[in-house]
Amino acid sequence: MTAFDYWSITRGALSTISLSLASIVLGVPLGLALALIRWARVPVLDRAVYSYVSIVRSCPTVTLTLLIFFALPQFGLSLDPVPAAIVALTISTSAFNCEVWRSALIEFPRDQYDAALSFAMPRLTRMRRIVLPQVWRASLPGLVNEMTLQIKSTPAVAVIGIVEITRAALRVGSNTYEPLPPFVFALVLYGVIVYVLLRVQRSIESRMRHGEARQGEAA
Amino acid sequence: MIHDFATIWAQRADVLSGLLNTVILLVSSALASLVLGALLTPMLMSKRKPIARAATAYVDAMRCAPFLLFVYLIYFGLPTLGISLSNWWAGAIALILYNTAYMAELLRGAWHELPVTLIESGKAYGFSGFTLLRRIILPPIFLRAMPMIGNQIIQIVKDSAFLTVIAVNELTHEMTGIQSTYFIPFAAFVTAVLLYWCVCLAIEAGTGALNKLAEERRA
Repeated sequence: MTAFDYWSITRGALSTISLSLASIVLGVPLGLALALIRWARVPVLDRAVYSYVSIVRSCPTVTLTLLIFFALPQFGLSLDPVPAAIVALTISTSAFNCEVWRSALIEFPRDQYDAALSFAMPRLTRMRRIVLPQVWRASLPGLVNEMTLQIKSTPAVAVIGIVEITRAALRVGSNTYEPLPPFVFALVLYGVIVYVLLRVQRSIESRMRHGEARQGEAA
Repeated sequence: MIHDFATIWAQRADVLSGLLNTVILLVSSALASLVLGALLTPMLMSKRKPIARAATAYVDAMRCAPFLLFVYLIYFGLPTLGISLSNWWAGAIALILYNTAYMAELLRGAWHELPVTLIESGKAYGFSGFTLLRRIILPPIFLRAMPMIGNQIIQIVKDSAFLTVIAVNELTHEMTGIQSTYFIPFAAFVTAVLLYWCVCLAIEAGTGALNKLAEERRA
């Protein structure tokens, strides 16, 4: 493997990271919205979200990507590979994030919500000040876990021709006729990305704990 | 649109053979990875440092690697070492080895929650070694880990779709074939998604029934 080969796999890593970031940035709030719909028991939407989550959770990302990339043009909506990949990844991650958010919402103590009601807090303030900060704290580990899974499922979008880490490694392997070194390098890159994510989670968690401790001292 | 689905219906033999292949891959790799995972778990918790370290390294490596990368590693890497396999076997072995690590990790988590007194009383009754594992330790662990094992089996269904890249005739592969012959991407992939959904619903129903059975027996 030459330096250029290493560089091309690393460039693949950039596209893996940017695709995952885009789908996470879109998928986490979308998941929260879906979870809130189920939490608030909005009449018809509630059932729709339930079916959506159930279907998407059991659908392989490869199949979903193929569906979006090849089937949408049939309805006159043709997407380039990159937007199609982002849409597919967002759809799949939002379903999993919905479940993470929802379990945190179910655990949320009802009496706090009632207390906020008795202070006559308007709905938005109630969500923003009382519910979301705690739910966010409870969901963080689950969300990060889902993010690492998300990074591991990005190779699925290689089927529509996007060059990310795995595909870049495959290309290098087929040029040099030595498949093992590029795959091992790819493995190392994935390891580094996941490790960085876990470190970020730890630091956010410890900062939260510090924040709580300080609030405790003030009170 | 109806016409497209009629075309799929006309190709039902191919669709069913793809589905059957997916189910065969699923059942064999789920069983094999469960058994191997159960054997790997004691190694993870071994008191001998080198064994524990090697097992942990294996599990961690699998948990960092995306499945597609691992498939390529087996498919292109093993022939380099002089072992050549058919595509189907390469896919099955990749599924088994990859999920063994996850199963072992799940079972380890359940093992940690097991009360020590149970194992001690098993030892007091003269159970030891493999019999202790099989009769005393594994049954409660399996019951406890059942929901998570169910999730992991659904993950195997989703991973099996990746095998389309090495031309294993599973469901997604058959559907891609039909799609490119008749140009009916929407009908083809929606059928695939719905069939995957049915498989996953069956898995959920299965683990639910097993759980109920176990609870009745315990009561």
